[in-house]
Amino acid sequence: MDTSVENGSVTRSDLPLRVINSGKSMIAVNARQKIRRSFNQIRAENIFKRSLVIIGLIMVVLVLGILLTLVIQSLPSIKSLGLKYLWGRVWDPVQDIYGAWPFLLGTLLTSFLALLISIPFSISVAIFLGEYYPKGWLPNLLKNTVELIAAVPSVIYGFWGLAVLVPIVRNFETHIGVEPVGVGIFSSSLILAVMIIPYAASLGRSMIQMVPSPLKEGAYSLGATRWEVIRSVILPYTKSGLFAGILLSLGRALGETMAVTMVIGNTSLIPKNIFSPGNTMASVIANEFTEADKPVYLSALIELGLVLFLVTVVINLIGKKIIDRFTNE
Amino acid sequence: MKAGNVKYRIGKSGGFQALVVLFSVACVVPLIAILFYIIKAGITKINWHFLVNIPKPVGETGGGIANALLGSVIVIVIAALIAVPLGILGGVYLSENKKSRLAYWSRLSIDILQGVPSIVIGIVAYFWLVKPLRGFSALSGSVALAIMMLPIVVRSTEETLKLLPDSLKEAAFALGMPFHRVIFKVIIPCGISGILSGVMLAVARIAGETAPLLFTAFGNPYLSTSITKPMQTLPLLIFNYATSPYNDWHDLAWGASLILLLWVLLLNIFTKLITRKWKVQL
Amino acid sequence: MKRHAFNFKGLFTAGALFAAFGLVSSCGDGGNAGGGKSDSTAKGSSDDNTVIGAGSSFDAPLFSKAFAEYTKANGLMVNYQSVGSGAGISQLTNKTVDFGASDAPMNGKQDSAVSAPVLHVPVTAGAVVLSYNLPDVKDTLQLSPAVLADIFLGVITKWNDPRIVALNKTAKLPATSIVIAHRSDGSGTSNIFTTYLSKVSDAWNTKVGKGSSVNWPAGLGGKGNEGVAGLIKQTPGAIGYIELAYAVQNNMAFAKMQNKAGNFITPSIASVTAAANITIPADSKVSLTNTEAADGYPISGFSWILIYKEQKYGDRSQDRATKLLKLLSWMIHDGQQFSGALNYAPLSPAAVSTGDAILKSATYDGKPILQ
Repeated sequence: MDTSVENGSVTRSDLPLRVINSGKSMIAVNARQKIRRSFNQIRAENIFKRSLVIIGLIMVVLVLGILLTLVIQSLPSIKSLGLKYLWGRVWDPVQDIYGAWPFLLGTLLTSFLALLISIPFSISVAIFLGEYYPKGWLPNLLKNTVELIAAVPSVIYGFWGLAVLVPIVRNFETHIGVEPVGVGIFSSSLILAVMIIPYAASLGRSMIQMVPSPLKEGAYSLGATRWEVIRSVILPYTKSGLFAGILLSLGRALGETMAVTMVIGNTSLIPKNIFSPGNTMASVIANEFTEADKPVYLSALIELGLVLFLVTVVINLIGKKIIDRFTNE
Repeated sequence: MKAGNVKYRIGKSGGFQALVVLFSVACVVPLIAILFYIIKAGITKINWHFLVNIPKPVGETGGGIANALLGSVIVIVIAALIAVPLGILGGVYLSENKKSRLAYWSRLSIDILQGVPSIVIGIVAYFWLVKPLRGFSALSGSVALAIMMLPIVVRSTEETLKLLPDSLKEAAFALGMPFHRVIFKVIIPCGISGILSGVMLAVARIAGETAPLLFTAFGNPYLSTSITKPMQTLPLLIFNYATSPYNDWHDLAWGASLILLLWVLLLNIFTKLITRKWKVQL
Repeated sequence: MKRHAFNFKGLFTAGALFAAFGLVSSCGDGGNAGGGKSDSTAKGSSDDNTVIGAGSSFDAPLFSKAFAEYTKANGLMVNYQSVGSGAGISQLTNKTVDFGASDAPMNGKQDSAVSAPVLHVPVTAGAVVLSYNLPDVKDTLQLSPAVLADIFLGVITKWNDPRIVALNKTAKLPATSIVIAHRSDGSGTSNIFTTYLSKVSDAWNTKVGKGSSVNWPAGLGGKGNEGVAGLIKQTPGAIGYIELAYAVQNNMAFAKMQNKAGNFITPSIASVTAAANITIPADSKVSLTNTEAADGYPISGFSWILIYKEQKYGDRSQDRATKLLKLLSWMIHDGQQFSGALNYAPLSPAAVSTGDAILKSATYDGKPILQ
């Protein structure tokens, strides 16, 4: 279809030419057409390549634009608060005191705790699907179900967490003798742990499936048990992939907003232990952005967004560096 | 002694396997619990009336979520119109230029974009579109969502195209096809199922986003089709009504939650079926 | 020229192709929405006949009911979104909405950020109640301002503290800890509550102060009324503040508060209206907390609609300005009839006449809009 369109357009534009050269042989006309056509195609190809480059550029510009917007909007707070913003321990909008430390701490605590809880599960799923049961309807069902975990909107996780998980955690807290509030860093880490399982699991699974079978067969022929093959062949071989999956999970956990906001307890005090209520950077923005009634307040919140943005950038850079190094080996 | 050692090793191996199975199966529990809870809370609220009417004010029973359903569809379609062409060409660019410096930076940008919290994108879209144009609009919401879709589409396109054998491309080139036609006639059609499932996953991901829409699409109690005016969407409706004091509105929110959840899950399952049918795997 | 066209044709086909996929991917829902469209466009979706407002989530239910009635009678569509009072003010400042709504009057800093004078029109009044979770206590709890402030400051930590017992001699108060629940999101409700505490307690005023978001000395934060109510319901020994409408709708226990005159007042529509029946200044920016009225509930406050005094700005038409002003005038008169059923307090006569005067001072190009 495309060829006919192209031929049509070429013929049309060559019409005067053909009239003038009507005496000459058809072969010459065809050759000329062909030359022109390949010339056209080279031009089109160049333009196409250039537009691809422009799209590549757009992506860079988009991220720089986001960064620039955040920086400009948080300038009032950067100017008036300076660097002490980052380790200020008090967040008190009424007195115009803005310190981001409780939220930095809350974000790190929830994310790493969630990571710690989720790793055994995600690695198990990866080994289950990658090594033990790579085929069959049941593993397939498990794989799809685990992937669906990533699809549930976070606002729905939040609702469920509040209605189902928080009372369970409260019972647990009564048993171990801490203040039974239910909501807090522990609850939000649990929810986050569920939400981030699929990320590490799916990358881990494909990595484990890529382990060359001669390696495994060699180990088996030497008399190794399944567990020994996994421990001494598969895990060492796939550690970079597993690590990359875990970093992906971490990135997701850091920025998660709605679900965390609903179960973390939302206080600006520095958390005393993992059962204390707290706040993450994303949850503070979600909670207070709508009511920020002073320019400095608003810009302090946007600066939180900027810090969050930079943290994810750093995590991505580190992850990329590590993965690059492992894959180049 | 030696036999005992072997038994111990085999037992350890079996124990580990049991542990792996146990942990893996445990992962499914939360999802089932969530599905069960939302279905229980939402199923009684959903009927035809609920789907085709706009919400009633407090104190009047009935009312539906037609404005949010239509709004969600419009906002998502526009977001896809923006993000999909850009994302696919971006993915083509990245898979065709593995080594160039710009490609390195674009790839990095996409990685970063994927990690940007949705609320931050909402803030940025507000400062880019809403404030300068002096008005909330469905379009600005679509742009915010498009920014969120972009990295997923780019990534899935790039990953899919990487998996295609080079011989395919070389054969096309050998026949004298120009580069752009190789891309549109050979490369993209071959990878279409991977690309398509990336697009649908991206749609599923943004369908449930609330934060980027709060200050862009804004919401609207009436049915509206104008993309330059505020528009209601499902997640916004859930967010607003779930935090209200009235039981009528809570019911509306639970029903809407169930619809949103089903929509997103069906989209995911549909994607999987397509991937399987078209035989090209991600 | 032709070559360019050719190239873009390729791009365009690709674009259209994938646009189609975008449509397909969301078609699972299209059917329903299509049905909805044909069903309710009867009401008309001419977007020019729309007024946009944003702000207080407290006002949202009342507005949804009242504006829906107004739409039935006059055809004007009012799109009000509850984004929060602070956001309402900043949206008005950025001129993205026709009117804002706030539970707290604009302060000095906000006034200086706005390019033109803003009018505050009182539209309704509400109460903030102290709800608690003490399953074994049958009597209604009574609280005095000093005790309330010390509870929220974390000074009183047990329910059987002698000072609480002294106020509730007949009640059997347990020896459990008090768990405080407060709003985590900035809100007008918090503003009314902290303004009250600042008025009645010097310690609160110096340590915490008043505002939509404050640095709470103790307790848990919940997002929205829903979040705080959830915390109270789920946590034995909890106390927290929520809107009256919310407590009534959810059958939650709430305390009687001692007012300035020394009476213990049950929060209700009547006691809030009584609190609001005071002398109102010409700009209507008055706090109702700690009211002088003998039978007034002390933790209550007005909610205001905010508009620019000069309605000609940007490309606004006089028609739009007139429609807005007529809507607001209707709201403070006929619109008040919807308050009671939703547990809002109707405006007192004094507030209505102040509101009338304020609305009449609004102008378009220097000329008054309402006669």
